[in-house]
Amino acid sequence: MTEPSLITQDLTIRFGGHVAVDAVSCAFRPGELTVIVGPNGAGKTTYFNLISGQLRATQGKVMKGALDLTQMAPSRRAQHGIGRAFQLTNLFPKLTVLENIRLAVQARSGQGWRFLTPVHRLTGLQADAEGYLAKTRLESVAHLPAAALSHGDQRKLEVALLMAMEPDIYMFDEPTAGMSLDHAPDVLELIAALKQDRSKTILLVEHKMDVVRALADRIIVLHNGALLADGPPQEVMDSDIVRDVYLGKSPAAPSRASQEVA
Amino acid sequence: MTHAPSLASPKQTWGALTVKLLVLLVAALLLFAPFLFQDTRSIEVAARICVFIVLVASYDVLIGYTGIVSFAHTMFFGFGAYGAAIALRTMGPGWDAIALGASVGCVISIVVAAAIGLLSLRVKAIFFAMITLAAASVVMVLASQLSQITGGEDGITYKTPAVFKTAYKLLVDDHGKVVRWFGVKINGKLAAYYFVYASCFALFLVMLRLVGSPIGTVLKAIRENEARAEAIGYRVVAYRTFVFCFSAVVASLAGTIYAIWLKYTGPKTALSFTIMIDILLMVVIGGMGTMWGAVIGAVLLVLAQYYLRDLMGSAAEALVNVPLAPQVLAPDRWLFWLGIIFILLVYNFPKGIAGTLADKGASR
Ligand SMILES: Nc1ncnc2c1ncn2[C@@H]1O[C@H](COP(=O)(O)OP(=O)(O)OP(=O)(O)O)[C@@H](O)[C@H]1O
Ligand SMILES: [Mg+2]
Repeated sequence: MTEPSLITQDLTIRFGGHVAVDAVSCAFRPGELTVIVGPNGAGKTTYFNLISGQLRATQGKVMKGALDLTQMAPSRRAQHGIGRAFQLTNLFPKLTVLENIRLAVQARSGQGWRFLTPVHRLTGLQADAEGYLAKTRLESVAHLPAAALSHGDQRKLEVALLMAMEPDIYMFDEPTAGMSLDHAPDVLELIAALKQDRSKTILLVEHKMDVVRALADRIIVLHNGALLADGPPQEVMDSDIVRDVYLGKSPAAPSRASQEVA
Repeated sequence: MTHAPSLASPKQTWGALTVKLLVLLVAALLLFAPFLFQDTRSIEVAARICVFIVLVASYDVLIGYTGIVSFAHTMFFGFGAYGAAIALRTMGPGWDAIALGASVGCVISIVVAAAIGLLSLRVKAIFFAMITLAAASVVMVLASQLSQITGGEDGITYKTPAVFKTAYKLLVDDHGKVVRWFGVKINGKLAAYYFVYASCFALFLVMLRLVGSPIGTVLKAIRENEARAEAIGYRVVAYRTFVFCFSAVVASLAGTIYAIWLKYTGPKTALSFTIMIDILLMVVIGGMGTMWGAVIGAVLLVLAQYYLRDLMGSAAEALVNVPLAPQVLAPDRWLFWLGIIFILLVYNFPKGIAGTLADKGASR
């Protein structure tokens, strides 16, 4: 088995008395797509926020290989290959779609500090950005401001930004939530294609069971912030605890508004 | 062959084109100003416009592009102006004094900006604004207290290099008299004006390059969504501190240029909060986050400050027989009318003149 690329050790965060993520220890490996499931408010988004740095852990560690990320700012974690797409769309609303994507490309290529070369002369940067634009099928809206896009296209752009970061660790937080049926397959295809690249580690929060079945190599279940189950998809989906906390209740349970750092 | 929609260049709106043409027109008018408007007042106005374009544009890089609200911009302007003034007075009128004064002004600006930035750019925007206000007040008090160095409330008068003296003949004819082109004496005053014009032009170009290069997009990204900018790998505090220092240096250089032009530096010309308010008005009227807005705002406000009074005076005279008109239009009421004009402008151009115009003709 390959060495884990991402490890959380005893990862915990408390908000006042409320433990949102409770001592989660888990290792993720390259070439593996892990789906994270759990009812609303289980702590999935908070777990992501701890890994990508939007929130600092109260306790525990986040490691990328041997590198300790726990105290790093989100930007440094991004530079170390942690990439993240957000559950609540989180874009640069007045910038065009192409500019949004270019920003992600440029951050990775370290050209953010270039300050005397006009953008249009950096053709490599531009071409790169157009590549991701095509991959996510957003060419037709390239020059619209992000705020002018339909919800589905905004979700795609959210994913495009993550793709353009070319991280080692991909974290998708309900990428198809609220997407129409004709948009969702585009995004799922992208994720499936990523899986083919065995060097990438993929974490996916997803509620739709057909999607989980199609993509997951492994499922972990969070409940009240704690890691409840971890294993191959079929095994986890068949187990009783999981049925109780999640599969049984979730569709009927009134969904709590999730408060996340977005 | 089919034509894919061009990705490289989005279509320009006619509004955006109009704005650029206006700016070009301003650049041309300023270039020929000494020949077009041949009186001493006009050339003062033209020089002030040049300096304020740079000052306002550098403020726009902060507020319009990055979303940083600072009230310390005049402070940096003052560092540059006082730097040059003190150096020119103590070392005598030479380029070495100017170079030293400008450098000291820039260094102090960078140090102060970096200190304010690193200490407080992490806090909420409102606190940051307060801190800049406090810093600017401290510097203003210091400038008036350290009167041995700064001349206190009276300020400092000094000489600038001989080429900038009005009596200096740049071109002489066979009789030793100064040559005139189109009726304009080719003297030191003209040289001083073109020094102002050229240096302001250069500074403006540098700022244009900055906002048009990758870092310019990062600044806008920080304005739009700081958390996401951080999440895709930009160290927001570092970028903010950089841009704060950059705009401080440009403001400082603008101060040096103005000090050389005026041959006088005092709290009124280089440090007062009135200047800060002028900058704010110019950036709001011109339009934030466009660079061109700085040009339009500076031109309009400086012109209004210098000419509205006269205009009203002549209007009052012309309408002397119309009841009430002379009273309403009395030159002393110019500030009142300026206020009305501002309110109308802001009301009709909510994104500033450049911003609102540029949206005209957009397909959306
Ligand atoms: N910044 C915060 N401050 C206080 N409480 C928070 C904060 N962020 C999250 N929480 C709480 O932590 C718990 C976990 O929330 P989280 O958003 O991680 O759930 P989730 O599993 O992503 O749910 P959903 O499926 O609705 O997206 C919730 O009870 C939430 O109210
Ligand atoms: Mg969530």
